Amino acid sequence: MDVSRSSFAAKSYRTRGIVLRTHKLGEADRIITLLSPEFGVVRAVAKGVRRTSSKLGATLEPFMEVDAQIVAGRSLHTIIQAQLRHPYGQALVADYPAYTAGAAMLETAERLTDADADSIAPQYRLLHGALATLARGGHEPGTVLDSYLLRALASAGWAPSFTHCVRCGEVGPHGAVNIPLGGAVCHDCRPSGSSSPAPETMALLAALLTGDWAIIDAAEPAARAQAATITTNYLQWHLERAVKSLKLVERQ
Amino acid sequence: MYEGAVQELIDELGRLPGIGPKSAQRIAFHILEADPQDMVRLAQAISVVKERVKYCTICFNVSESETCTLCRDERRSDEIICVVEESKDVVAIERSRAFSGRYHVLGGAINPINGIGPEQLHVRELIARLGDERITEIILATDPNLEGEATATYLVRTLRPLGIKISRLASGLPVGGDLEYADEVTLARAIEGRRNTAPSAPAAPLVRTPLPATEPTSSS
Ligand SMILES: [Zn+2]
Ligand SMILES: [Zn+2]
Repeated sequence: MDVSRSSFAAKSYRTRGIVLRTHKLGEADRIITLLSPEFGVVRAVAKGVRRTSSKLGATLEPFMEVDAQIVAGRSLHTIIQAQLRHPYGQALVADYPAYTAGAAMLETAERLTDADADSIAPQYRLLHGALATLARGGHEPGTVLDSYLLRALASAGWAPSFTHCVRCGEVGPHGAVNIPLGGAVCHDCRPSGSSSPAPETMALLAALLTGDWAIIDAAEPAARAQAATITTNYLQWHLERAVKSLKLVERQ
Repeated sequence: MYEGAVQELIDELGRLPGIGPKSAQRIAFHILEADPQDMVRLAQAISVVKERVKYCTICFNVSESETCTLCRDERRSDEIICVVEESKDVVAIERSRAFSGRYHVLGGAINPINGIGPEQLHVRELIARLGDERITEIILATDPNLEGEATATYLVRTLRPLGIKISRLASGLPVGGDLEYADEVTLARAIEGRRNTAPSAPAAPLVRTPLPATEPTSSS
């Protein structure tokens, strides 16, 4: 490592970020995958963080929002410093359903931002808001996740509609959903292969998309379960590979 | 790209954890230049491990027989089970000499992004073991990092209805690290100073009966 001081300064940068995931590397290092509102998904090495004496280790854990100092290298970047901004991980590990919902958010955020550079800043704000809500508690974690997923998809350019018909625009409420078309379809437009969720489920889906928590919190378990299935199917329709952590989300 | 056998070796080495393409190439050339007998010994060590070493059917520690030496050792206490992520954590705790009970190796930590949930770990087998009435305490010694903490949270919630004392290693192990890197003194202190996770355990513990092996353990 014979990087001169001048090139060191030139290649070093600071960024805020949320830690999306970590991988073990070599003896005691980790590769940290960070979502930065400016640079998108950044992958960088954090040296020695698996040693229990490392101060950086506790900071660079999934869900944590940090300010990081990074040195750009030829193949890999290295995180040399990180200050904790919001320790969301600490709250989430104490609540298992929130931890699993949060993991599905991180995995989805990585997918959506890796593909689309234009929506990184709004995606960051959405993820940050959703993690803060999960960490604060008060809402069923599964509904916080579903609301996040629908809004993150909308932000990525795949906004669904659960009110007006996605084909002819007729104002609802409508009784059918078609995943490939992007949401509610009226009686006349309804193609085969559409599902017919309960009216409460349609109202809940619309509330999840807009973040209307009075309606979401009052929803019955049956409507929540139906809305979760539709949200998951809609997400998987747009993302090619399966989001692994969705299967492990513990819903109440 | 190199010719045939060399490239094959580089590819195989590159699939090992923590070894990138550059390291794989370096190790491959080290093997090429090294003393042939040394390398034959390495190759034999690998095939012997794969033939002979299995997992203990009780605690899932690595073992050369059906059950491991720690499970067979009659001087060890049957009252406490220490739950760890990997076999290397058993080694670390044994080195501290602060624990003389039994172990249970989960086979990892809950990590949803990598597709690892409770069903992928030896949680069901742990619950089955707790049907043994001699057991009075479970020590959760998962790694002091985020996945390890989440795994402990899950286990506390799942095991609490059984009415057994559940404790967690005392802090002093900074969050973020791997258990195997804790020095013996720190680890011994963490075991001795372990704290009960369920101070308000139910007054009348539920009857402990081993769960049938087919019953899912992750429902809430
Ligand atoms: Zn229509
Ligand atoms: Zn054993």
